[in-house]
Amino acid sequence: MQPASPDTRKFFYEHLGLNDQILERCLSEALSAGGDYADLYFEYVTASSLVVDESLVKSASHGVSAGCGLRVVSGDRTGYAYTDDLSPERLMRAARTAALIASGPSKQQVQGFREAPTADLYPVAGAGSDGETAAKLELIQRANHAARAYDARIAQVQASFADELRRILVAASDGSFATDTQPLARLNVSVIAKEGTNIARGSSGGGGRVLLDFFLTDKTPEYFAVEAARQAVLQLGAVPAPAGEMPVVLGPGWPGVLLHEAVGHGLEADFNRKKTSAFAGLVGQMVASAKVTVVDNGTMPNRRGSLNVDDEGSPTQETVLIENGVLKGYLSDKLSARLMGIADTGNGRRESYQHIPMPRMTNTYMLPGNDDPEDIIRSVRRGLYAVNFGGGQVDITNGKFVFSASEAYLIEDGKITAPVKNATLIGNGPESLKYVSMVGNDLQLDEGVGTCGKAGQSVPVGVGMPTVKLDKMTVGGTGN
Amino acid sequence: MNNTAPVAAQAIDIEFVSDIVAQALRAGATDAEAVFAEGDEFETLVRLGQVEQLKEAGSRALGLRVFQGQRTASTTTSDVSPEGISQLISGAMALVGITSEDPCAGLPEAEDFGSISGDLDLYYDDVYSLPPAERIEYARRAEAAAMAADVRIQNSGGGSFDAATGRKILVNSRGFAGESRRSSCSISAQPIAMSPDGSMQRDYWFSSQRSLGLLDSPESVGVEAARRTVRKLGARKVPTQKVPLVFAPEVASSILGAILGAINGNAVYRSSSFLAGKLGEMVGGTNLTVIDDGTMVGGFGSSYFDGEGLPTRRKVVLDRGRLTSYLLNTYTARKLNMKSTGNASRGLAGAPGIGPGNFYLEPGLKTPEQIVAEVPKGLYVTDLIGHGVNIVTGDYSHGASGLWIENGEFAYPVEEVTVAGNLNDMLHNISEIGSDLIFRSSVACPTLRVEGMTLAGE
Repeated sequence: MQPASPDTRKFFYEHLGLNDQILERCLSEALSAGGDYADLYFEYVTASSLVVDESLVKSASHGVSAGCGLRVVSGDRTGYAYTDDLSPERLMRAARTAALIASGPSKQQVQGFREAPTADLYPVAGAGSDGETAAKLELIQRANHAARAYDARIAQVQASFADELRRILVAASDGSFATDTQPLARLNVSVIAKEGTNIARGSSGGGGRVLLDFFLTDKTPEYFAVEAARQAVLQLGAVPAPAGEMPVVLGPGWPGVLLHEAVGHGLEADFNRKKTSAFAGLVGQMVASAKVTVVDNGTMPNRRGSLNVDDEGSPTQETVLIENGVLKGYLSDKLSARLMGIADTGNGRRESYQHIPMPRMTNTYMLPGNDDPEDIIRSVRRGLYAVNFGGGQVDITNGKFVFSASEAYLIEDGKITAPVKNATLIGNGPESLKYVSMVGNDLQLDEGVGTCGKAGQSVPVGVGMPTVKLDKMTVGGTGN
Repeated sequence: MNNTAPVAAQAIDIEFVSDIVAQALRAGATDAEAVFAEGDEFETLVRLGQVEQLKEAGSRALGLRVFQGQRTASTTTSDVSPEGISQLISGAMALVGITSEDPCAGLPEAEDFGSISGDLDLYYDDVYSLPPAERIEYARRAEAAAMAADVRIQNSGGGSFDAATGRKILVNSRGFAGESRRSSCSISAQPIAMSPDGSMQRDYWFSSQRSLGLLDSPESVGVEAARRTVRKLGARKVPTQKVPLVFAPEVASSILGAILGAINGNAVYRSSSFLAGKLGEMVGGTNLTVIDDGTMVGGFGSSYFDGEGLPTRRKVVLDRGRLTSYLLNTYTARKLNMKSTGNASRGLAGAPGIGPGNFYLEPGLKTPEQIVAEVPKGLYVTDLIGHGVNIVTGDYSHGASGLWIENGEFAYPVEEVTVAGNLNDMLHNISEIGSDLIFRSSVACPTLRVEGMTLAGE
């Protein structure tokens, strides 16, 4: 923990002409029609991106976006307004608009804020200086060269670097006050491999809440470039994926998207408060094999899904979702915590000031078990070994979820054999993890590429998993 | 609402945006293009009869693209003050020097600019004409109709009424200046039904239009949402097999969406599309004719000019199975030695992308009921989930649910299966096309029957 950053508060106050009195007046106005709670969310984001494509620097862009979202909560009702004009008049007008949700006598005036110390999970630096632009460009030029050098069949390479610095300030009618400055960076490489008329794609990337030095020391451009090129060349030789139910072994790391879709969304508190989730009412029950423990952890240094405070100003934490197969609890924001009488787990997140916060995941992963990954593969007579995935999706009401394998292999007689083409895997959230029979000792987190969508809002997240065997799952290929 | 009188804000017009272009030229750009976008939105969500969320807001932002010869860079800002604009320009000029000379970069040629004359009926101010209480009432009525439709519906994701308007100005240094407005409004309902065993299903229905007067009644939206939801109750898996699949229009459009991705000029010039290099070839059955038309009156995908200031147009993309056009903007057209098809799409940031106008498959003669009645055994697909289309290879694999067809009749609901094939084959294996072409968004497709795909289940 460190003292709350006075610099972020100073930035908002000096840069945008705010002060405590303006925030107090807006919150008082927001509660003028009798709401229970009001908050202000100020956001100032600078973002930049660079793209090298066909070995040319084709695109360089920079953007600034600032605004404020005002929320009034009355019972389980939410009124919301936002403005990108941060003059006191416009803020007061937005407060009056949000206040329309409530109808009653004015609540007491808001006076004074307390800013609690926050964690220090990521570095803060001034982004976007000219020297940095040149250094970022060099990173993606290195990626471009490395991908092309990997194999003569690499025909197209696109390498991009995107980063942003997001400053937030949250002030609430209960006196709570929080600020944070959140870096986020990602390097991406996407390639096309060509052999005659046979064409395949590969992509790789990573990053997190890190600065440029991460890509010079921890994960280099060459690392991502070679990975993308390897996947594309591999896919040139892929055979049709099998179709039907079979044992599935998921590799470590990004395949943890299984957990995100199969259980994570279904355990977001809003769906359970409204009893629209297939997991509603299952706390205390077995929803997975006893080998399965799943947590959501927003406090991991430098991870893409981590936050010092969530978008309601609450500290993030590690929350156990499933412990030895038993459902333990939900991911909550302030509203659901109050209405359900549960703890706020610091999972109230939003895409931007234009969006209402709701319970969202941070970094969601399964804890490691005792099995040797090689023993797990050896235990399968005929099945699928999937190590990389595109996206996934879930219907939280009936629990059905999918995720699309972008790199997978057949397992035949305990050995990994031919690579297979893209295939969708489908399962049922409260059931699928009951078929987990082996859990590896090799927990990995993903490289830092995840973006989660819910109700039209995108937020960065992380996932992770050790090697895991599910005794059965439906694989959506076309082969036998 | 009487205490929310508008606060005077600077009006932004073509002259204002033209001045940004002029300033960029003075700062050293050889060409420049500025875009301004502003929008207002109103959203209301009613759940179990009570207002759950009200949202009302407006925002505006500027985007700038500058060129120095054949180098280009872009910037965006939500700060429309003189300082904000000054930083917008200086930021772009600082970036443009680090980009490469790209022979295909640049604005369109001046003689290609233009705009559709006449009124495309894209803007109706009636979307905001309802007082707040009546907007809430629309949402409440949609949900209430869904919940009253069947005793098995006792929960709900809610009913909604949303409205939005937008205004966009595009100006460039080669003489184009255009302004357009658009409006939209929608009603939806998302009921949740429960089986005696406690398992739940949800579905959704909506009506979306540019004018309030064109919307379906909230009651009809709610009743249709309920019908779609309860028919899923008791769904089961089926064995893995190859059977005819009948795609309902809502999911048939995913096949059309895959074609759309594959004829996008960005994928074509990189050869990263299964349709790249196939112009003039038969890529589907002779029963397939696909049109892209940005000029349809009132269309969800209509516009007067594209994202680079070229007039939108109608083009045949697939003519009885033969690939006759890609969708191109100026950059991809130059890469392919072709002409832009007027399909540039322009957000605020970055270079223009490519987007369709109104993109649709020409309907056939049979009703959906006739098509289903002719299937001895197969799946009527009502929902697809996942991101299972690989545009490079044409491989297609989605999670699916729907209704089992036995001797031409619906037998029972099906879930937790996948449907898979390859689009190169699928486009030749569409055996029936329904007469039911209805535009609910800019991409529309009638009911389709497809042979030869693999259904994976138990």
